[in-house]
Amino acid sequence: MNITKNIHEWLFSLMPETTASIVEMVLIAVIYLAIFAVAGLYLVLLERRVAAWFQLRLGPNRVGYQGLLQTMADALKLVSKELTVTIKADKFLYNLAPYFVIVTALMALSLFPFSKEFQAFDINIGIFFLTAISSIGVIGILLAGWSSNNKFSLIGAMRSGVQTISYELSVGLSLLTMVVMTGSLQLSQIVEVQKSGWLIVQGHIPAIIAFCIYMVAGTAETNRAPFDLVEAESELGAGFHTEYSGMKFAYFFLAEFINMFIIAAIATTIFFGAYLSPFGITESIPLLGVFWFLAKTLALVFLMMWFRWTFPRLRIDQLLVLEWKYLLPLNLMNLILMALMVLLGLTIKF
Amino acid sequence: MEKIIFYILALIMIVFAIASVTSRQMLRSVIYLLFVLIGIAGLYFLIDYNFLAAVQLTVYAGGIIVLVIFSVLLVHHIEMELEMAKLSTKLLTGLVCLIGLGIFLFTIYSHNFKVVENSKTTSVEDIGRGLLNYDAGGFILPFEVISILLLAAMIGAIIIGKGEKLTKNDDTL
Repeated sequence: MNITKNIHEWLFSLMPETTASIVEMVLIAVIYLAIFAVAGLYLVLLERRVAAWFQLRLGPNRVGYQGLLQTMADALKLVSKELTVTIKADKFLYNLAPYFVIVTALMALSLFPFSKEFQAFDINIGIFFLTAISSIGVIGILLAGWSSNNKFSLIGAMRSGVQTISYELSVGLSLLTMVVMTGSLQLSQIVEVQKSGWLIVQGHIPAIIAFCIYMVAGTAETNRAPFDLVEAESELGAGFHTEYSGMKFAYFFLAEFINMFIIAAIATTIFFGAYLSPFGITESIPLLGVFWFLAKTLALVFLMMWFRWTFPRLRIDQLLVLEWKYLLPLNLMNLILMALMVLLGLTIKF
Repeated sequence: MEKIIFYILALIMIVFAIASVTSRQMLRSVIYLLFVLIGIAGLYFLIDYNFLAAVQLTVYAGGIIVLVIFSVLLVHHIEMELEMAKLSTKLLTGLVCLIGLGIFLFTIYSHNFKVVENSKTTSVEDIGRGLLNYDAGGFILPFEVISILLLAAMIGAIIIGKGEKLTKNDDTL
């Protein structure tokens, strides 16, 4: 993009090289933080409006046009609130826990190719790095649950650990199924492969199975309904973040929504051609890539919200049976099917 | 630039390693250990070995630490503190550690390190081909042996976990 190039040259003409590169990194980080906050806040608003729509209510529509400023007001309120701590809580771990969740979410966000040039960190092990990062996020939840010194928090954290460890396998394996086709883990390479058809079209049957498994497992990994046993409000209060208040609660809350966005964005990148337009209709205007990426991601986010307001919550044994007895064997068979297909050259390419 | 990052990482790792063994609250020790492991991953990133860094993050930081935290959650209460060891145990441990450190330092300083000129990033494809290669320099045999070992461990865990139920079912058949 031209603007970033101009800023880059201006910075390097102004200061010595090392300082300029550090300043540039800080600027990029600030931009991503801004994206993080705005995306988080508006996803919360979207969730509330979608929930209202599904339940034939109006939802928040008073603050600003159609309630557009509602979540901003909520955030301001949360900033001004008192931070409470339970007695005998392990203060150090209690304060540390939200940062695990939020830093991992922010790191994952930096990998996505929003358009051809708009990608902060194009590492050669892209997808693997994403799964590695998301496996660390759960530590924050476990810590939050334990250090609150509250039995509901502890039960919520344990459930979350079990759930995330189980469903990580399905997420990883379904992405691996697609990697068999791309032959690379780098996200920009994966998008390059999809110039001759999105991967869900290229891989047809096994790709569609992989996509279904990925969406189910992804919903479970973000601890959203119907897999929200972690914070089942009718049983556990609010699960692992029962004792958190004010801004620290907001960190967990925002990270949860950003994680949903990340799951949808991974699906967009792997299955639906990231910033590529359908049938290449707007390939001549590269700036529209951001629009297509966000449109596809938000469609998938809407799908996840649809799940949440449609299905009732699973029991913990049903949750584990679903993963270990159905999704995982299916996934392994699907992987072999995909490998066979690629070997026999049965993929569809335009 | 790289030197500064290296020293920052090294400092973080040393400080947290010491904190990890001196802390008397079990979960805090685990978290300090986690920071040490993340620091090691940072070192791998610094030498451009991205794959190993991600493995470090997934297996050690994401897998083993989560399992350790799990077992701490099951057995440990928030008000409990670890006991201090006896003086004789302390002295013995210190002596063994010093001997270990001595051997370690001696090996490192007697080895003649060569500076590699071309810093080529190892791709995942190279690693995959290396693992499944049965020519010289291939790792197919250890790879297969490890997978059989893992399978055996998994079956063993299932047998131990369901032992009683299995025998009961056999009686009815």
